[in-house]
Amino acid sequence: MNLLNKFKDPKLCLNILEQIKSDLQEEFRFMEVCGTHTVAIFQSGIRSLLPEKIIHLSGPGCPVCVTHDREIAAYLALSEKNLVIATFGDLIKVPGPGGKNLKMAQAEGAIINIVYSAFDALQMAMENPDRKVVFLGVGFETTAPTVAAVIKMAKEQEVRNFFVLTMHKLVPPALKALAADKEIRVDGLLLPGHVSTIIGLEPYKFLAEEYNMPSVIGGFEPLDILQSILIMIRQKNESRAVVVNNYKRVVSDQGNTRAMEVMHDVFEVSDALWRGLGTIPDSGLVLRKEYSDFDASLVFDQELPEVEEVVGCKCGEVLKGLISPDNCPLFDTRCTPAKPVGPCMVSTEGSCAAYHKYRL
Amino acid sequence: MCLAIPMEIKSIEDNVARVEVGGVKSQVRLDIIDEPAEVGDFVIVHAGFALRRIDRVEGLETLKLFQEGLGLELIK
Repeated sequence: MNLLNKFKDPKLCLNILEQIKSDLQEEFRFMEVCGTHTVAIFQSGIRSLLPEKIIHLSGPGCPVCVTHDREIAAYLALSEKNLVIATFGDLIKVPGPGGKNLKMAQAEGAIINIVYSAFDALQMAMENPDRKVVFLGVGFETTAPTVAAVIKMAKEQEVRNFFVLTMHKLVPPALKALAADKEIRVDGLLLPGHVSTIIGLEPYKFLAEEYNMPSVIGGFEPLDILQSILIMIRQKNESRAVVVNNYKRVVSDQGNTRAMEVMHDVFEVSDALWRGLGTIPDSGLVLRKEYSDFDASLVFDQELPEVEEVVGCKCGEVLKGLISPDNCPLFDTRCTPAKPVGPCMVSTEGSCAAYHKYRL
Repeated sequence: MCLAIPMEIKSIEDNVARVEVGGVKSQVRLDIIDEPAEVGDFVIVHAGFALRRIDRVEGLETLKLFQEGLGLELIK
């Protein structure tokens, strides 16, 4: 039996869906905070199967979408400093100030290389010792340990032409900011499966204990998602909140302690800027002093430039679940996947892009 | 961006595993996986690194719970 295919089984899915329908008592608003969940919920058709009273909100779950305009301006400025920029493909089309993106910078002569792994960027540096390679470090706890591991390798192997511009962000502090925001109406949180693979269950406990928020760590197959929604609804019905690990085949309750160690060896926690959410305390990662030789912002003296906000772009409100993408005046008019204005449209995992592609 | 793919380990050399899924072959690093992975294991792969071995027993257990229509194991 193919274990993973079983989690797509239509019969089992319909069974859970029936249970959801019979248990649902009133409107239920759940938020996911993972771009992979966003896409999975649309792509699998779950969104169209759920009763109308279940409202699906996409929160700040895509690291590209929450990358702040000032951070984008910073890496675009770096690309003009005769460096080799190595980046995940996700960032290539994200527009910064004046609509400029890395693709345009490349057309103007900047050297921009797409890599699949931070390790590929390190190899690029080792193969080109006369060039300085800067890796753009974006991503949540899923990605940050991979980048940390590569920075450790670079230090051990004394690679002197490899640098990282770190824009990594942490999920639990953002969830805290959301849970504390009185404007936001959410009845349950679908917690990100692969971030949880790294951090485990403990960092989410405050959601239940302090904010009484039903919260479920969920996988990405249709069964995983439906089951997670059912657990949230049952908790709400019983007026209680607990954090449940519903993705045990991939997430252990204590997380991946080795990956966490590597991440904390290299990075320390600091305040970070989030698009739409502003500065969130202790929600970002910066390089520790011992690794400052690899810190592109220090080595190339690249601070975060001041930028003007894009007029009309509602990505911030979309990220908080306050409006749905089609309520933004730019949606499908000035802002489309071919010519995106905000990052929620540019990233394939952004809620605006998913809405554009899959909405019925 | 946290997209991670389950892939099967075909061979291991030092800290690098050759992995495969649906005919797609790749190499992943084992630097941050938290328990030793072996040939034949499925691992969750993200950005060139194996993040964790998929626990087949837990997976089957979850399915069993689904099928029995239970599926509520709460962590207090």
